[in-house]
Amino acid sequence: MKLTREEVQRVAMLARLRLTPEDEDRLTEQLDNILQYVGKLNQLDTSGIEPFTHAVDIANPMRDDAITNESNADALLANAPEQENHFFQVPKIIE
Amino acid sequence: MNLAALTLHEAREKLRKREFSAQELTEAVFRRISETEEKLHSYITLSRDTALKEAKQADERLKTNNNPHSLLGIPIAVKDNFLTRGIRTTCASKFLENFISPYDCTTVKKLRASGAIITGKTNLDEFAMGSSAENSAFFATRNPWDTDRVPGGSSGGSAAALAADQCIVALGTDTGGSIRQPAAFCGVVGLKPTYGRVSRYGIIAFASSMDQVGPMTKDVRDCALMLEAIASYDPADSTSANRPVPQYSASLTGDVKGLRIGIPKEYFVSGIQPDVEQAVRTAVRQLERNGAAIKEISLPHTDYAVAVYYIVATAEASSNLARYDGMRYGHRARAKDLTETYMLSRAEGFGPEVKRRIMLGTYALSAGYYDAYYLKAQRVRTLIKKDFDEAFKSCDVIIAPTAPTTAFKIGEKTQDPLQMYLSDIYTIAVNLAGLPAISLPCGFDFEGLPIGMQIIGKHFDESTIFGIAYAYEQSTDWHKKKPNL
Repeated sequence: MKLTREEVQRVAMLARLRLTPEDEDRLTEQLDNILQYVGKLNQLDTSGIEPFTHAVDIANPMRDDAITNESNADALLANAPEQENHFFQVPKIIE
Repeated sequence: MNLAALTLHEAREKLRKREFSAQELTEAVFRRISETEEKLHSYITLSRDTALKEAKQADERLKTNNNPHSLLGIPIAVKDNFLTRGIRTTCASKFLENFISPYDCTTVKKLRASGAIITGKTNLDEFAMGSSAENSAFFATRNPWDTDRVPGGSSGGSAAALAADQCIVALGTDTGGSIRQPAAFCGVVGLKPTYGRVSRYGIIAFASSMDQVGPMTKDVRDCALMLEAIASYDPADSTSANRPVPQYSASLTGDVKGLRIGIPKEYFVSGIQPDVEQAVRTAVRQLERNGAAIKEISLPHTDYAVAVYYIVATAEASSNLARYDGMRYGHRARAKDLTETYMLSRAEGFGPEVKRRIMLGTYALSAGYYDAYYLKAQRVRTLIKKDFDEAFKSCDVIIAPTAPTTAFKIGEKTQDPLQMYLSDIYTIAVNLAGLPAISLPCGFDFEGLPIGMQIIGKHFDESTIFGIAYAYEQSTDWHKKKPNL
């Protein structure tokens, strides 16, 4: 089954990536190549094999529900693309 | 004496005896950087001023401390995907070009506390996605052994800096071979520890079920000392291992008598460069002469590892990289509405390989394909892990080449992503199974390029790996050879 350009467009939307028509051409071909290669996994019968979850057995670590981080609002805001009055400024969310 | 050429254990001894100061050592390293950096481009950001300040503080501590920490006063290069307070962290991406982390990652925090000196942040493939350091958004790093060739990747900047004596030791991360393959290409030692042995807190996430921090060093002793310094349980990383850290340097006895070494037949097949195979087989014979027992083993699902990896790693990456929305930090494009802002910010901020992997991972996780790709890959991953479990019933370590070839030419594989992925064919299975593995020099090919040998161990058995690596290293002088720059 060959990957289609429409599927690439659908996935780009899911991934929130704006692609140019040239990107779409190139990615349709390259991703199709990679998926063909990955298709070799279907040579293996994996019925009854559990999907992998952990490399090393460890239990879920628990901790007290207490604040441990220091306040560093200034350092965090210093990376903001836009800010105003000590708030992150973002595009309008509700029309 | 060329101070920049020293190993960690040599420099530590001499600092302790006051043969020179940490400031002199640091200045020697920066002198070496200014002599060679134009040819190599190992570093994205240099931190000379803060490094010299740290060196001065280290000298104060050295004066009053008779038993200093092994890293006190040692110049260390750090891959640019470790968060460092005060030094920008770009991950070699336009998206994070001006990002300054508000905190240090756990590993850097430990380094700073022990008095290590950070020389700067080294180049990598953008978001650690690549095998040549050519996917950096800023520039390609060159291999010190032949500047027309790649240093390997993704930790290519750290490997090149180390091979060129632009630092004493370096740090990298390894998700599919990103410490071991560049170590092999640049003729240095690199360890990918057991998953969970070193904290991932503050490492920019790529594929969280495989990402692991590790040391890159000029010899095996340095590697053991570095792992002692950075391995720990970290409550801030829920997958970090809560178990004691052995004194790895105590395993460097040179004795390999009775140890059982497995040689996987699937790793010596067509596609391997003949002098790479020959060098590794010669190294194995050397260990046999030293008293190790050699036996051929089988890892039957080896051939499927790359396919599994490029589904699992890209799926995790597509999820991890969803955070780059251009709202609180990083690149933000000007656009008409919110969705368009996300889409354009990411389109402008990410390079071609990162986009390719986000697309592949998103596809593999999307409705209708999840079972066929993601779950299928995770089932085969179970088979790959079982191969190792079975093999380790009859051997203590597994030895194989680190990469099928020596360093390739810049530009040679950039047009064909699949060929680039296949250069990680020997390293990837180790990450899928969460195992520790070291790469160390075992010779040079017909063109004088370094060859790396990989020693894979059982979970949390880095000590045995170090013991064998050290015994081999002691019987050769590959690690003492330096590139002509």
